[in-house]
Amino acid sequence: MVDFGGWDMPVQYSGIIDEHRAVRTAVGVFDVSHMGEIEIRGPQAAALADFVTTNNVRKLSLGQAHYSGLLYPHGGFVDDILVHKVADDHYFLCVNASNQEKDFEHIRAMNRFDAEVEFAGERYAQLAIQGPQAHATLQKLTPVSLAAIKYYWFTDGQVSGTPARIAHTGYTGEDGFEIYVPPAEAERMWHEVMKAGVEFGIKPCGLGARNTLRLEAKMALYGHEIDASISPLEADLAWIVKLDKGDFVGRDVLLKQKESGVKRKLVGFEMLGRGIAREGYEVLLDAAPAGWVTSGSPSPTLNKNIGLCYLPTAHARPGVAIQIVVRGQPVDAVTVETPFYKRAK
Amino acid sequence: MYPENFRYTKEHEWVLVVGDTGTVGITDHAQQELGDIVYVDLPKPGARIEQGKSLGSVESVKAVSDVYAPVSGEVLEINPALADAPETLNSDPHGAAWLVKIRLSTPDELASLMSAADYQAYVGAEK
Repeated sequence: MVDFGGWDMPVQYSGIIDEHRAVRTAVGVFDVSHMGEIEIRGPQAAALADFVTTNNVRKLSLGQAHYSGLLYPHGGFVDDILVHKVADDHYFLCVNASNQEKDFEHIRAMNRFDAEVEFAGERYAQLAIQGPQAHATLQKLTPVSLAAIKYYWFTDGQVSGTPARIAHTGYTGEDGFEIYVPPAEAERMWHEVMKAGVEFGIKPCGLGARNTLRLEAKMALYGHEIDASISPLEADLAWIVKLDKGDFVGRDVLLKQKESGVKRKLVGFEMLGRGIAREGYEVLLDAAPAGWVTSGSPSPTLNKNIGLCYLPTAHARPGVAIQIVVRGQPVDAVTVETPFYKRAK
Repeated sequence: MYPENFRYTKEHEWVLVVGDTGTVGITDHAQQELGDIVYVDLPKPGARIEQGKSLGSVESVKAVSDVYAPVSGEVLEINPALADAPETLNSDPHGAAWLVKIRLSTPDELASLMSAADYQAYVGAEK
């Protein structure tokens, strides 16, 4: 067990590779109750949510969610988050565990609107049920028609007789659901999900598999691909930045970055030589230091060693020969298209 | 669980000494902590290694870890099977997945290592 932002969490149960494969081929369940929740309510809830995030909150329909950035005025990330529109005057934010206090203070500080901001982490536990059999597993526990919930939509209903927010979202690159339940029900819910998934080969999954899964899908992890010094345009997340939606925190800087171009950009790579890139390893271009690895791991799905790194923008494209300094030794690698893994629809 | 005839380090290596030859590996506790092992880097036969210094590394899906020499000496042999089957370290860390054999230069060093019972208590306390 590792200490993760004050939470004692399992890195693995049956093994990272085993758990990873379960999610890609069957179904896995993750206890992600450490994730934080922040609620924004009131007549100007949308105005505040839109002002503090990069994506366009006004485009969300009731019951819809999207991925977004919470930025500092200088354009770096406070956090990356999911924004759910519960009602016209109610937005539900799912944020990273270790950032939740910081996020809450940041949003409050930016609240020049008539909106109420609530730190709601204690009211929610979260389970992620992910994999091609996630739907079949969860459907056994709820009267809600899961087929009716489109990808990145959610609905409030009952799971195993308990009120739950059921979101068709995930952090694995696989189909699946994330359910928010009262903490007092979480343990029972975990066992119910495990029981429901037996016939589909469900495996309990830890943080280790969560990391390899999200890396294959090229989903950012705060503290790795993104942090206060990185802008969404550098992190290849321009798709969550809606510069034309009106003013928002960080917009001025992003607008300038868009006009003049960013100096560095995130790009994926595969190791060609023997070795696994790890976070913080140096990246060489023509034998000269040029960037750093943000995440690296063996890819259980591809049977290759993959990673993400920052490189000068001109070189941050597929097909560039690079070297990763692995424990003092430069090892050949090549930049590639991402995501590394994309599920068949 | 932990063989009585091995001696153990705080860094979770073991050594089995027969005559002046020590066979070195990592403990079951180490493989559990590391998880799925995917690479093993070992010194070449003939290399001189020193107690407490890194003799190589084992790498799992999640992290890379140094292996520290439990005793000083000269590397006689490395386990040829591990390059192609590093996962043996997960399934048989105290047996088939030995890492290196060393000719001990300073047998007195063994006195600084833990017995099986002490090691068992040590990893029990660490949790």
